[in-house]
Amino acid sequence: MSEGLTKSTARNIFFGGTIFFFVILVALTVHSFGYIEKNSTDVAAITPSVAQGKHVWERHSCINCHTLLGEGAYYAPELGNVWARYGGYEDAEGARDGIKGWIANQPTGIEGRRQMPHFDINEQELDALVDFFRWVNTIKTQNWPPNEAG
Amino acid sequence: MKYETQKLAYPYFLAAMGLFAAQVLGGMLAGTVYIFPNLLSETVPFHIIRMIHTNALIVWLLFGFFGAAYYLIPEETETEIHSPFIAKLQFWLFLIGAAAAVVGYLFGIHEGREFLEQPLPIKVAIVVVALMFLYNITMTMLKGRKTAVSLILTMGLWGLALFFLFAFYNPDNLALDKMFWWYVVHLWVEGVWELIMAAILSFLLIKMTGVDREVVEKWLYVIVSMTLFTGLLGTGHHYYWIGTPGYWQWIGSIFSTLEVLPFFAIVVFAFMIVRKGGRDHPNQAAMLWTLGCAVLAFFGAGVWGFLHTLAPINYLTHGTQLTAAHGHLAFYGAYVMVNLAIITYAMPHLRGMQPYNQVLNMWSFWIMSSGMVFMTLSLTAAGILQTHLQRVMAMGFMDVMDEIDFFFILRGLSGLVVVIGVVLFIYATLSTEKAQVKAKNMTPQAAE
Repeated sequence: MSEGLTKSTARNIFFGGTIFFFVILVALTVHSFGYIEKNSTDVAAITPSVAQGKHVWERHSCINCHTLLGEGAYYAPELGNVWARYGGYEDAEGARDGIKGWIANQPTGIEGRRQMPHFDINEQELDALVDFFRWVNTIKTQNWPPNEAG
Repeated sequence: MKYETQKLAYPYFLAAMGLFAAQVLGGMLAGTVYIFPNLLSETVPFHIIRMIHTNALIVWLLFGFFGAAYYLIPEETETEIHSPFIAKLQFWLFLIGAAAAVVGYLFGIHEGREFLEQPLPIKVAIVVVALMFLYNITMTMLKGRKTAVSLILTMGLWGLALFFLFAFYNPDNLALDKMFWWYVVHLWVEGVWELIMAAILSFLLIKMTGVDREVVEKWLYVIVSMTLFTGLLGTGHHYYWIGTPGYWQWIGSIFSTLEVLPFFAIVVFAFMIVRKGGRDHPNQAAMLWTLGCAVLAFFGAGVWGFLHTLAPINYLTHGTQLTAAHGHLAFYGAYVMVNLAIITYAMPHLRGMQPYNQVLNMWSFWIMSSGMVFMTLSLTAAGILQTHLQRVMAMGFMDVMDEIDFFFILRGLSGLVVVIGVVLFIYATLSTEKAQVKAKNMTPQAAE
């Protein structure tokens, strides 16, 4: 930039600064790792069923239509708070049946409406998926999303 | 062309353009499904089309980067590539791996994290391919002249391979999963890929303007410094709402705002160098792509990124069509255009021809870029409305989508324009002298 800056000075600034900022990033990541495990997520509640639910979620690539905590495709509704949206905190049984029923009844085939495909997910896997959604809804996300619409 | 092994870039550029076509056709199809949602919904559902659209993009950009490295490293280091055999083997391995992945996707064989859908064996193959490539490039660099361009390029490529390793870590805890997922995605596109981009642009500017290398390389160091000093902690703008601590809202907001600076510096740098050089390079189209890349990267990655990067704003816009708007113009401006610039520059050399069809190539530039800009504006309008209806008014998602349908039609139409631009580009790049003569006279020539 300024005429006084030589190429080798610029190079040293680049390497020194990059190491400096990378170290800060790693340190903050380590801290955040601890924060996630201790403060923002309920690690003890990650049952085998929740873990299996995450695999069901991944196997069917739900993220390429839906968002989860705002990340994913933007073609279908946010599911990070689907448990709350289905009233899971008031009526857990009702929410569970509602979500499972919705998935099992796809596709709707309604003309002009976005279609969710039919997935071969058995009863036990469906329960695991719902357990996963329920767990995700407990992550402390700095109060995101702003409302129930997700 | 000064070095025989620069020819190794040729198949890489061909594969890049082939997959580029596949990518935009996939995008066109996905955009059409937005308008006609019942289309293909049972045979090739949206999530598969999108997977192909995004993966084809990533893979063709990588093909382009590999090709660019094989093309410019011999000139920069003033020596032949260490092992042409490895370069060829690496090409076929990567091509077969990419093809296997796409065919697998069509049959529902994939993993489930966004952009990292490649099944485990393909992920391993990607690492093997990257290692072969890095070995080859690094050995070449060690025996030749060391320039800042080749050093930054190689650093970027090493970073690309290293950060991809986080793709193998997938914990059960979703918040941890997401935090490290960004170590691949963010540190690629807002970190090490920018080094690759800046190095390729520097190479092109040195070659086309004749400006002193010392000047260009000093700027290169300044720009990549700004990139990493802001981009590394800029990762924080992905750590607002995924279970990570609140301090990321400050760090992410501040550093990702500063991420605009290196993109602005690239614009100033590119135009300054071109004005300073003033050498009338015969490949005007390559110059156009180079400068266009600087400008649209600034708007797509810089301005459109800043639009929604401050935490209080992102609280409302996170995960809306605004993100899609930014994603499209940022990838196009920064990484698509830098690849098309180096392809436009290198192809005439690789094919042993004059830079023919310059006018056609430049038309493809304007058509493709207009299409992308219009697409971005459509998605931005959709995103602003969605933010208001869904995040402020709390209207349900599907109702919101009905309200903003019009903008998805506009997006579909602009996608068609982009596809036309891409077809034109490929034709202009691969056609022969004869084809150009034919196009000019519009009369069939007698066989010679």
